[in-house]
Amino acid sequence: MVNCMPTFFEKKQLVTPGELLAEGDYVAGENTYMDGNKIYAQRIGLADAENKRVNVVALRAFYVPKVGDIVIGTVTEVGFNGWTVGIEAPYSALLRASDVLSRPFKPQNDELSQVLNAGDLIVAKIASYDRAHDPQLTVGEPGLGKITRGQIMRVTPTKVPRVIGRKGSMISTIKQETGCQIILGVNGVILITGKTPADEELAMKAIQKIEEESHTSGLTDRITQLLKEEKPKLEEIKNE
Amino acid sequence: MNEKPEKLIDKKGLRLDGRKADELRPVKLEVGILPNADGSAYIEHGKNKILVGVFGPREMHPKHLSLSDRMVLRCRYHMAPFSVQERKSPAPSRREVELSKVIRESLEPSVFVDLYPRTGIDVFIEVLQADGGTRCAAITAASLAIADAGIPMRDLVVACAAGKIDDTVVLDLMDTEDKVGVADVPVAFMPNLNAITLLQMDGVLVPEEFEDAFNMAVEGCKKIYAMQKDALRNKYMVAKEQEVEE
Repeated sequence: MVNCMPTFFEKKQLVTPGELLAEGDYVAGENTYMDGNKIYAQRIGLADAENKRVNVVALRAFYVPKVGDIVIGTVTEVGFNGWTVGIEAPYSALLRASDVLSRPFKPQNDELSQVLNAGDLIVAKIASYDRAHDPQLTVGEPGLGKITRGQIMRVTPTKVPRVIGRKGSMISTIKQETGCQIILGVNGVILITGKTPADEELAMKAIQKIEEESHTSGLTDRITQLLKEEKPKLEEIKNE
Repeated sequence: MNEKPEKLIDKKGLRLDGRKADELRPVKLEVGILPNADGSAYIEHGKNKILVGVFGPREMHPKHLSLSDRMVLRCRYHMAPFSVQERKSPAPSRREVELSKVIRESLEPSVFVDLYPRTGIDVFIEVLQADGGTRCAAITAASLAIADAGIPMRDLVVACAAGKIDDTVVLDLMDTEDKVGVADVPVAFMPNLNAITLLQMDGVLVPEEFEDAFNMAVEGCKKIYAMQKDALRNKYMVAKEQEVEE
């Protein structure tokens, strides 16, 4: 009776939507669903089982807002008492004027477009979100607010954890080697601010490499190597 | 070509293009070929050439079309003016509007529409060249494009037609066979769930013939499903191969 509950995949096998993954006493994890006592894949990805939990690590997905996430968004519309912000998700987010101004907001005194205008980029936290309401943002914490300098790049949202690395090892390596400040939006938008554009360029190159090779092993080492190789070249250019 | 052939099946039992009764036309599938779309696919099914682009889930425009409890799937089936021998007017015809609806309804059961309420998915199907059975080829490609967009799905949808020409039930009718033949039965199918999402019939069949045609179409679907899976895997294979090295 030990093995009466079969799974139908090998570890890390590439599965397509609708593929039967397991039958019997299992729990449907990420990107899977249960129909009767069978578990199927919901997305294309790599299947994996942990105890009784069957997961699929999606290779293609979009960002879904979650309360507490730090995201980077673009102001798309200046409204009556707030802004509409595009956060690369199925829903656009709202940012209220009273949250930004940190004092009572009076429509007759304040011109909102002078605080944030359409096209401005902001770092914000998702304050609330549920099925019935669009996400609301807040910038009332240190490190959040309008972006004034730096460079923006985008990666697939599913690959953000790879850019962070195990316990933040990857991102801290890049920060250390390039001397850049990096803010990772969970929605796949990344802000890089460095002392010189060349530093930022190098950090971007590293992150691009991570995205391209996100499923290979020993990536942290190779990124460290890349940064170590490229850094002296940068110094040379600076000294000339 | 434009003349009506007298016999659709020759003495050897072969069809106009040399196929046997239960033989599919060659199918070629490709995934993720439009960088500007969230998901895309291309199918060559015999002489049919169809391109599908998927956008979303995103906010619905116009907003009043959105539904508060589920996402809306919108479909546009369109034939390019050069897709048929006589120029087709680019304006949506009655047939195209109907096919858009039929394709939407055959794809909808495969998508988890209740996960992201108030949003919409747009599926744009462009027929570049048509030679009979475009609705089936379009469904097969559209389903792949939806999967490529990373939209959660119950299963892939695959479609194939069967029909009757002269006195024989055959698989996968091409344009002439469809027009001159007796009947056409398109079937869309979710292979893992063993569920039918589209079943139409045009023409006259006795119940036994219908059953034959239906079973034949389902067999055809299963063959195309294998190719569909391969096409999807091929795009993401790079990631997989590197994974195996670990």
